[in-house]
Amino acid sequence: MREIIRMITVLTVLCAFSGGLLAALRDGTQEKIENQQLEFVKGPAIRDILKGSSNDPIKDRFKIKDGETERHVFVGKSGGKPEMVTFETTGKGFKGDIAMMVGVNVTDDKIVGIGITTHSETPGIGAKAQTDPRFSGQFKGMPLTGEFKIKKEGGQVDAISGATITSRGVADAVSDAVKIYSRIKPAISDKLNELK
Amino acid sequence: MAKTITQEFTKGLWKEIPPFRLVLGLCPVLAVTKSVENGFGMGVAVIFVLVGSNVLVSMLRKIIPSKVRIACFIIVVATFVTVVELLMQAYTYPLFLKLGIFIPLIVVNCIPLGRAEAFAYKNGMIPSFADGLGLGIGYAVSLTVLAAIREVLGSGTFYGHTVFGPSFQPFNFMIEAPGAFVCLGLMLCVMNFIGKKG
Repeated sequence: MREIIRMITVLTVLCAFSGGLLAALRDGTQEKIENQQLEFVKGPAIRDILKGSSNDPIKDRFKIKDGETERHVFVGKSGGKPEMVTFETTGKGFKGDIAMMVGVNVTDDKIVGIGITTHSETPGIGAKAQTDPRFSGQFKGMPLTGEFKIKKEGGQVDAISGATITSRGVADAVSDAVKIYSRIKPAISDKLNELK
Repeated sequence: MAKTITQEFTKGLWKEIPPFRLVLGLCPVLAVTKSVENGFGMGVAVIFVLVGSNVLVSMLRKIIPSKVRIACFIIVVATFVTVVELLMQAYTYPLFLKLGIFIPLIVVNCIPLGRAEAFAYKNGMIPSFADGLGLGIGYAVSLTVLAAIREVLGSGTFYGHTVFGPSFQPFNFMIEAPGAFVCLGLMLCVMNFIGKKG
């Protein structure tokens, strides 16, 4: 009996101690990890979308509450004026979620670019959505309103051959971005005015 | 006969060098040694885990009841591994992305658990520290050497820098998994050969 009590005590204390230590460390590193993830996972796509901007969009970011979720918005300045923002949106791909950044110019509500951050599409087929500029480049200049659909379904988006589902996922994600943008635009404008 | 601290330390560098003599921890040895950067990063992570878990297990060896010792070892090792994982995410994120699943897998790697059971649970803190450090460095060195051979032959680079001229045709086989087995086998052979002579 005494042995069992001892075993339970030792294991409990050890677990509690380990759990406490890890929780503290996690708290301490969370912000840093978040920054690193933004920098290395979303950073390349954001920088690519806001190529012409004069500031560092990863630093100039803010959070906006959109219903239950909080959205990161990255600001791109051109000529000193903050007029481009990018935010994240997701669509359903062939094998899983496609996460992407959509950049929009707040003065005329036109897309400045899209960039896929994480996906699990088939290499060489659906994965082209991330790497082929001919696909992602076609969104540039389109107004961020209405619904985005691939041409086969009567829309305006040229699908990647052999990757209809991926292309549809990207189009859906952009349609989703339209909805998000219409919800958070007032909040974005307020924040941008503060930045000026 | 009691061994000296130096002996405990140096045995990990040659006599009991983990992948070659103990033939332990082979899964990451084969998987992450595609480039020197990965191999070295993994080695450093293992050094930290091994030293930390060895010292802590030997400190607690009088308190831990022998019936639940394995469970206790796993808690200790897992804690250190999670610490490494969080620190890697926070400070060397690109490396973390490359090593990926192999960092958490150090928990079930035989080396930290094996050392805790075979050495730290029976010895004092200082010998355990020396043992962990020696084996850890031995592991890191083996990973780095294996990775260097594979990277130089397989992609013609060393730590990301090009070694050969543009006419070099990379020996792709070395980067693939079979190349890792062959390379490891040859290294084992060479080490046994030298060991027999000496």
